Amino acid sequence: MLHKYPKRVAYIMLVLTALVAAFPLWGEAVFGNQANFMLEKLTLMLILALFAMSLDLLVGIVGLVSLGHALFFGLGAYTLALASPDFSPASMWWMLPLVMCVSACVGLIVGVLVIRTKGIFFIMTTLAFGQMLYYFISTSPLAGGTDGVFIMFRPSLTIGETSLVNLDNPYSFFYFCLGMLLIGFLFLRWLTRSYFGQVLDGIHDNEHRMQALGYATSGYKLVAFVIAGVMAAIAGMLAAMQYGFANPAQLGWHTSGEVLMMLILGGMGTIFGPILGAFAYEILLYIYEHATTHWPILMGLTIIIAVLVLPRGIAGLIIAPPWHSKRQTEPGTESEHGKAQVALSAKPAPSARRTKP
Amino acid sequence: MDLAFFSVQLLNGLQYGLLLFLIASGLTLIFGIMGIINLAHGAMYMIGAYLIYDLTLRLGNFWLAMLAAIPIAIVLGLIIERLFLDTLYKRDHLYQVLLTFGLILVLNEAQRILWGGDVHRVAVPAPFDASIQLTDNLQYSVYRLFVMGVCLALAGVIYWVMRHTRLGIIIRAGAVNRDMVEGLGINVRTLFTLIFSVGVALTAFAGMIAAPLTSIAPGMGDSILITCFVVVVIGGIGSIKGAFWGAIIIGMATTFGAVLIPSLASMVIYLIMAAVLLVKPRGLFA
Repeated sequence: MLHKYPKRVAYIMLVLTALVAAFPLWGEAVFGNQANFMLEKLTLMLILALFAMSLDLLVGIVGLVSLGHALFFGLGAYTLALASPDFSPASMWWMLPLVMCVSACVGLIVGVLVIRTKGIFFIMTTLAFGQMLYYFISTSPLAGGTDGVFIMFRPSLTIGETSLVNLDNPYSFFYFCLGMLLIGFLFLRWLTRSYFGQVLDGIHDNEHRMQALGYATSGYKLVAFVIAGVMAAIAGMLAAMQYGFANPAQLGWHTSGEVLMMLILGGMGTIFGPILGAFAYEILLYIYEHATTHWPILMGLTIIIAVLVLPRGIAGLIIAPPWHSKRQTEPGTESEHGKAQVALSAKPAPSARRTKP
Repeated sequence: MDLAFFSVQLLNGLQYGLLLFLIASGLTLIFGIMGIINLAHGAMYMIGAYLIYDLTLRLGNFWLAMLAAIPIAIVLGLIIERLFLDTLYKRDHLYQVLLTFGLILVLNEAQRILWGGDVHRVAVPAPFDASIQLTDNLQYSVYRLFVMGVCLALAGVIYWVMRHTRLGIIIRAGAVNRDMVEGLGINVRTLFTLIFSVGVALTAFAGMIAAPLTSIAPGMGDSILITCFVVVVIGGIGSIKGAFWGAIIIGMATTFGAVLIPSLASMVIYLIMAAVLLVKPRGLFA
């Protein structure tokens, strides 16, 4: 996983980041009076990029395909919505730790259960637990049922009486989200290169071998699951601030499917890929929504085509462009560990895998 | 809760469980033999229900409509398998999840284009549109009994095919070691197509016979899919027997949960799943 990427990856990402960061400068010139709306869209993309990136830790780095990641996204949103006082803004200084604590606790409980399962079981159980919270929230009168909860005030970020960042201002909030995304990116980059990240990478390649080497792989996977959950919850909290409400749809499994889609579209296991994926997905969504009311059919076909012809996503195109014939890998066939995984999964069918690891 | 009320709930739970079994058995067959996780399975249940609604209106007869709808479902299964899944067998589950998720979006939207967003109903067809007297003041729908009978019969047929026919032996062998079966000269490719079509047809059929009992609404496939995942996780993936008992457990839990603890009803099945995962992470019958 930790290949050294070509230099152009860094250049492209830096240029794109600069371009996004400079939006307040060029936005008005390009979009005119739609600039504010576009700024909101852009802020949302940054938030979703953080969300997709957190899933990359699970899917791309550890190889755990979760179809219930929206559980944490929605959890962050609802924690903010339910913990915010009605008539005054909450302080970010305790809201952020609260969101992180709640999601870490839930992540730990769910994680202990789902980590016991593997492969397809993991997909199904994460999905089921995500839906469990979904039904709990949407039938609970405390959480506003299917209507969701409105957030009257965005949390404030102050030291003493002076405001550090006015999160009510769309521009400040935009930069705040950009900052959170960058922190998330740097954190994941550091994490994957750390000793812990190397072990996760090893688990992805061959869990049995890691166990034979004496690693308690379940513990590592659990920690990764919790970290990914906490990051997704932070993204969910930011999303709730952006929307001004928390809604059961944010918890639903369609959200989980969409974020998985962003991940694949961008290129999993690369950390920077999901950022591109989130942007690409949202831009496509915007185009489709304006083209037809039946946009899900276009989105569905896009997903199918992306899976069939672009399994490594946009990041794969940047890392190994098709015109670099030397580095070209056939689409569809996976890298070394991909092959190893296929070979592994082909041999013991789950029902036959009786041997305790 | 008196005895009569209890027995009605018991019958309802049994009927729902048997219906779930039809859907879950398709899901677990497709996974067990083909190694494919098919998220679009629930969408096929929805398609089945809408097909019967549409064709009943056109043909004027529920049974004729069913006769016409089943081949349509089988052909749809064939097309999906040949067109999309063919490339996925050697790929990671992740891609199967995504591709079939894309299929859900397409199928759900196709439903909306063809039949709109309204909720529909199908009348209970003759000669089962009656009810029988259980006790003096308690009746039970004959159609529900009929559904139970059909599901049980199909469960029996599946059991017989899996246990006592050559095809069943091949399927069970294929679930354990696909490469070996192929090595023995069996055309796994054709087998896959057959299994997928049968699995899809079972689900669509479940949608058809369930149509007079439920409201036919957009997104009805999504919730049934997730319930079936819970069934399969409880029973153990790839196990028909597991799917059967898992479905019965979930059917009973849902029915009695709704009566006894309404506030937690929607969560009961997930709590059961969590408990099973704690005790037997591979499912009860794996």
